[in-house]
Amino acid sequence: MSHEATHDGHDDHGPAKGLMRWVTTTNHKDIGTLYLLFALVMFFIGGAMAMVIRAELFQPGLQVVDPQFFNSMTTVHALVMIFGAVMPAFTGLANWLIPMQIGAPDMALPRMNNFSFWILPFAFSLLLSTFFMEGGGPAGGWTIYPPLSLQMGDGFPFMIFAIHLAGISSIMGSINVVVTILNMRAPGMTLMKMPLFVWTWLITAYLLIATMPVLAGAVTMLLTDKFAATSFFSAAGGGDPVMYQHIFWFFGHPEVYILILPAFGIVSAIVPTFARKPLFGYSSMVYATASIAFLSFIVWAHHMFTVGMPVVGELFFMYATMMIAVPTGVKVFNWVSTMWKGSMTFETPMLFAIGFIMMFTLGGFSGLMLAIAPADFQYHDTYFVVAHFHYVLVTGAIYSIMAAAYYWLPKWTGNMYDETLGKWHFWISTISVNVLFFPQHFLGLAGMPRRIPDYAVQFADWNMISSIGGFVFGLSQLMFVVVIYKAIKGGKKATDQVWEGATGLEFEQLSSPPPYHSFNEAPVIK
Amino acid sequence: MQEKKNQRSFFKMASVAVMMFGFGYLLVPLYDIFCELTGLNGKTGVTTESEIAAQYQPDKNRLVTVQFVANNASDMPWDFKPLVSTMQVTPGQLTAAQFVASNTTHTEMTGQAVPSVSPTKASRYFNKTECFCFEKQSLAAGESKEMPLRFVVDPRLPDDVKTLTLAYTLFDVSNKTAAN
Ligand code: HEM
Ligand SMILES: [Cu+2]
Repeated sequence: MSHEATHDGHDDHGPAKGLMRWVTTTNHKDIGTLYLLFALVMFFIGGAMAMVIRAELFQPGLQVVDPQFFNSMTTVHALVMIFGAVMPAFTGLANWLIPMQIGAPDMALPRMNNFSFWILPFAFSLLLSTFFMEGGGPAGGWTIYPPLSLQMGDGFPFMIFAIHLAGISSIMGSINVVVTILNMRAPGMTLMKMPLFVWTWLITAYLLIATMPVLAGAVTMLLTDKFAATSFFSAAGGGDPVMYQHIFWFFGHPEVYILILPAFGIVSAIVPTFARKPLFGYSSMVYATASIAFLSFIVWAHHMFTVGMPVVGELFFMYATMMIAVPTGVKVFNWVSTMWKGSMTFETPMLFAIGFIMMFTLGGFSGLMLAIAPADFQYHDTYFVVAHFHYVLVTGAIYSIMAAAYYWLPKWTGNMYDETLGKWHFWISTISVNVLFFPQHFLGLAGMPRRIPDYAVQFADWNMISSIGGFVFGLSQLMFVVVIYKAIKGGKKATDQVWEGATGLEFEQLSSPPPYHSFNEAPVIK
Repeated sequence: MQEKKNQRSFFKMASVAVMMFGFGYLLVPLYDIFCELTGLNGKTGVTTESEIAAQYQPDKNRLVTVQFVANNASDMPWDFKPLVSTMQVTPGQLTAAQFVASNTTHTEMTGQAVPSVSPTKASRYFNKTECFCFEKQSLAAGESKEMPLRFVVDPRLPDDVKTLTLAYTLFDVSNKTAAN
């Protein structure tokens, strides 16, 4: 052990006092908390933008905002939710849980950990500051396709730098995860003994390290196309705008798995606890995760079926995409088999996990429909795609994050959360989220394009219903905040094991809440 | 010990990240090579008259329809159109066509035409010996110009292709030219 680690570790001092604790902290639990709170704030900022979108789409015609602003709402909503809410939330969970789950005293690179968190508030302040500049916020879609995205006003370079910063932050976070998992496991914690959350994060981290730099390259090319007279994507200078789409989706499709693999890990932790049975098919889960990660690199052009690819290309990307459904199906069957004949109880984390399994699978099915190249010519850029990715992202990724918050909150705070309020939160969210997104399937199949502020009157009814679902879903998330606040403040004390069926080092060998420095002595792994 | 090991792992992973940044840029030439090899993207080939004489036997029994399309990029004010919009062409035979561009503005401007052939699978069989798109075209205020194009359709063009469309998009590159 190094000097510093020894110093930090051996006297059992608690956290420093005051605000500077949070600014200078290198403690994985503090940084985990910071990430999670940051993600929560971003979730509400992005959510407010979604409310603007749904308010404008409540009725046909233009009534609430002007079209340019509407477009910037869809664009920034996506950027904030993906890079500001879901990814930091997963990184926060990784910080809290990975050291405790593998028996390590902290993350491997604690100072870099501090740095990678504190970049984020700057990145998103930069992004949001573009709203106050000449030309407004980015409005060309979160995929920032040229040539449209190059028409953005003064805010353009700020948006690009914001993406660079967020990217650097998540690359550093991922490097930390990889190094921690590879170097810091307690003796006896072999790779195939690691909890699945650790496994899925390890693979996610590799995906991030491999693809975030490609995104950074693509947006740098946009930047030089606009300001340095290069022509990567400008046909006039010999470039090709379609090439941007290839580079972007080479990042973009692995990115969607970055947003879901940790969720698989979370659900694989929660379902066995509340079914009181060990996870069915542990090693097949590991292999399925690895094959999903591998396949995610060779399917990117399913986002571009309509750009004019040759038939061979369409076929290749169609079949490769459908192949991903196989390992994904393995996972779903494993979760269901884990529950089969289990002694199940339905506390809030389990409700969210089961909600995840059902609704994520629904999103997977609509994904398969989109993967059929000839059918995608009709579905592409319609609300059907919007419905698809909100099922996998909201009722998938976000539901898993909520499940994780409910599941580990008693461990983190030492207090049980308010179970009644948690159940209300689940049921109101689940009803409203389906009212919100299910009708969007119908809208898409009927031909309503995405990213438009106004629409033909034939789409009016389902849009109004969808908006009502949206407002209810948005408001019901306030319950989540109340639950968290109350659990931090106090409540019934949680036991060390928290849940009757919980397993893993954090439940078996640490108190609730765990000491500020845990596992200074490596635990004994049975 | 542990810290050394962690640092070494850090540098390994960080260099992977740097390499992947480079890989993003490497995709650019790879993309061009891929498109050239496969003829994807409607990129047309370039050839010379002597190569044509050496390589191709005109296929007198076959006629292919070639359509010409002229588009302007959104900020390009010139008038731009083909002199004839459709031709019947014998594969293997060198054929000439004309496009006309007129600068309708009051300033000198430079344009660049970018070609694309569809169906894409035919683009590999469409070769040009001379094209106004090989170079930038400058026109004085109000000036008009007939611009030549000489091409040959490779007789190996698959039988099911009866019609080829050659589309040009004309871009305003006046600013880029001034900067260079
Ligand atoms: C069985 C698995 C899946 C399949 C077969 C699938 C297939 C597809 C296809 C073909 C599209 C393109 C549709 C179009 O634009 O016309 C698409 C879009 C999308 N998918 Fe999936 N998908 C799957 C799972 C996921 C997951 C797990 C996520 C994220 C957690 C995800 C997120 C997205 C997003 C964000 C888009 C839209 C991107 C955009 O254009 O803005 N998908 N999916
Ligand atoms: Cu995809």
